[in-house]
Amino acid sequence: MGQKLVIDPVTRIEGHGKVTIQLDDNNQVVDAKLHVVEFRGFEKFIQGHPYWEAPMLLQRICGICFVSHHLCGAKALDDMVGVGYSKGVDMLPTPEKVRRLGHYAQQLQSHVTAYYYLIVPEMLFGMDAPPEQRNVLGLVEANPELVKRVVQLRKWGQEAIKTVLGKRMHGINSVPGGVNKNISIAERDRLLQGEDGLLSMDEVIEYAKEGLEIFYDFHEKNRHQVDTFADVPALNMSLVDKDGNVDYYHGNIRITDDDKNIITEMDYHDYLDYFSEATEEWSYMKFPFLKALGRDAGSVRVGPLARVNVTKSYGTDTPLAKEALERFHDYTKGKANNMTLHTNWARAIEILHSAELIKNLLNDPDLQKENLILMHSKADWTGEGVGVVEAPRGTLLHHYKANQEGNITFCNLVVATTQNNTVMNRTVRSVAEEYLGGNDIITEGMMNAIEVGIRAYDPCLSCATHATGNMPLDVSIYDAKGKLFANKRR
Amino acid sequence: MSNVVKNEIASHELPATPMDPAVMAKREEKIQVAMIGLCGCWGCTLSFLDMDAGLLSLLDKINISRASITDIKRIPKRCAIGFVEGGVANDENIETLEHFRENCDILISVGACAVWGGVPAMRNDVSLEACFKEAYIDSPTAVPGIKPVIPFHEDLPLITTKVYPCHEVVKMDYFLPGCPPEGEAIFKVLDDLVNGREIDLPTSMNRYD
Ligand code: SF4
Repeated sequence: MGQKLVIDPVTRIEGHGKVTIQLDDNNQVVDAKLHVVEFRGFEKFIQGHPYWEAPMLLQRICGICFVSHHLCGAKALDDMVGVGYSKGVDMLPTPEKVRRLGHYAQQLQSHVTAYYYLIVPEMLFGMDAPPEQRNVLGLVEANPELVKRVVQLRKWGQEAIKTVLGKRMHGINSVPGGVNKNISIAERDRLLQGEDGLLSMDEVIEYAKEGLEIFYDFHEKNRHQVDTFADVPALNMSLVDKDGNVDYYHGNIRITDDDKNIITEMDYHDYLDYFSEATEEWSYMKFPFLKALGRDAGSVRVGPLARVNVTKSYGTDTPLAKEALERFHDYTKGKANNMTLHTNWARAIEILHSAELIKNLLNDPDLQKENLILMHSKADWTGEGVGVVEAPRGTLLHHYKANQEGNITFCNLVVATTQNNTVMNRTVRSVAEEYLGGNDIITEGMMNAIEVGIRAYDPCLSCATHATGNMPLDVSIYDAKGKLFANKRR
Repeated sequence: MSNVVKNEIASHELPATPMDPAVMAKREEKIQVAMIGLCGCWGCTLSFLDMDAGLLSLLDKINISRASITDIKRIPKRCAIGFVEGGVANDENIETLEHFRENCDILISVGACAVWGGVPAMRNDVSLEACFKEAYIDSPTAVPGIKPVIPFHEDLPLITTKVYPCHEVVKMDYFLPGCPPEGEAIFKVLDDLVNGREIDLPTSMNRYD
């Protein structure tokens, strides 16, 4: 048997992952895997806690898309107390818009963090640049002015989140049926006009445009590489509004194929009728798929590339993003785009799209209205709720049940990165075959190409593993019957 | 990660494009700072970026070595300061933390998870077995008709039965609570350290949520 190569840990992603590549004697790829190496068990230990704690605790799954987890939880709680979408009740305009504002601000902040801090270094320096250079330090050395703008852009996103949720991270805002505060005129004006050390809204949009220019430039110079790198087929999934275009906060789940035909469209409350999740021994992350199609054909892609593939058009109220999306769609002439590195193009478009959506919202007087919570009584209690949003990394779902006392009895989470598990593994395999396969000498740069493929998904392996003592530690693992698998005592 | 000799080659041991020696020499004159994420949510790591422009000003004095935002996968030379996000939840976390302790002069627990286990340590109230069972055996999305599997593989770390705060595994020198601590607080600590001052965090920056 030939060599086994490992990437441990995969870096410039969120959370813990490892890649193993098995080569045969001729250095052909026999096997290639992305392993998610952590497990946290949120579904179990949340049980017994009061239902209203769920959005507070479960946002601690992830420090980059906590707003999505918070809102997913909030939507599930709306259902639970009987004023949610499961009963056909629409949110009041003010709380819905306040929630959306926090959500779009997070999308901006999260995409900016992923794009510039984690992904752009390769675009500027190349995949096989020195490992010490391919990072934000290298960016500072090469282009300090760009990094200053990036820092300001990210800061603005975080300040907008703080305005809505009270903290830059793990804030509090949503309550069952609504939100606990609106946006004051002063807060609105600060975000629109900026202040010393804080960009104005229009500057944010200008900086967002720059992100897209960086991609265009990179694409122009490296067209062959960008277009041929890990072209992996998968169905595309996104939450859509009634016109079939992405809605990051609410809608139906739509799945489309290579010709952009609709394969399935569902009310997300029925997700259990559509999805199963397979488990493999070699990863703590599960593999969801559409039951009707089976694991191979029924695995979906989620996230920026999937959303722009599913969406036909953005509204006329976001003209810059709309134009950028048309250019993107023209590139594949009506077919779905499966080119992994184009995910970064899609991400740059979404940075601009969120900036424009935020601007529209900030100018909406509903944000200052007082009617913040849809009132509900004990009689409305359903004890069960499902929430879905389009998190920056894709479709995220929370499902809870609670007993009459309001204590959680069941929790199931299907997160975006988990949905991408199969397509990410396909990507790893594709890049390994292309870059390593048959080569006599394998370099660190070739291995980094595999990581580049993974980073395009901006995976959050912290999200994907939702699932105080004395030394010496007893490190042991048991199977479900209590049989000891392994033990390590120190 | 493991000290056990394995028949495998790590990507960071393969020949890599060398870095410009002049740039490298400049970086090596600075104070070496490393950061590692164990069982956390990556939020404390991102709180570093919340130093905003403060981070850029610090970069005149510090160099960031191993960190999840660089591709430096092992500490290449001794570091003055090591920041740790997250508690200890698997055997690989233990090895990583011990390696950090051996290679950093000052180790700091950053955030509730590192300081006392945080939200992941809520699983200490239930058995690990029950957590696995819930996630992989009794899951409502389990594939019908297929025997359920609990992941267990040579390429996966073993999960510890409890989640531990870092100081129960190695000696930690400082604790910075908060979930996460704000960027300002991280900046204050780093700024004090690189300027040779005693760490003096005002109570206004010390938070627990
Ligand atoms: S302390 Fe809070 S922010 Fe930091 S890693 Fe833990 S959960 Fe995330």
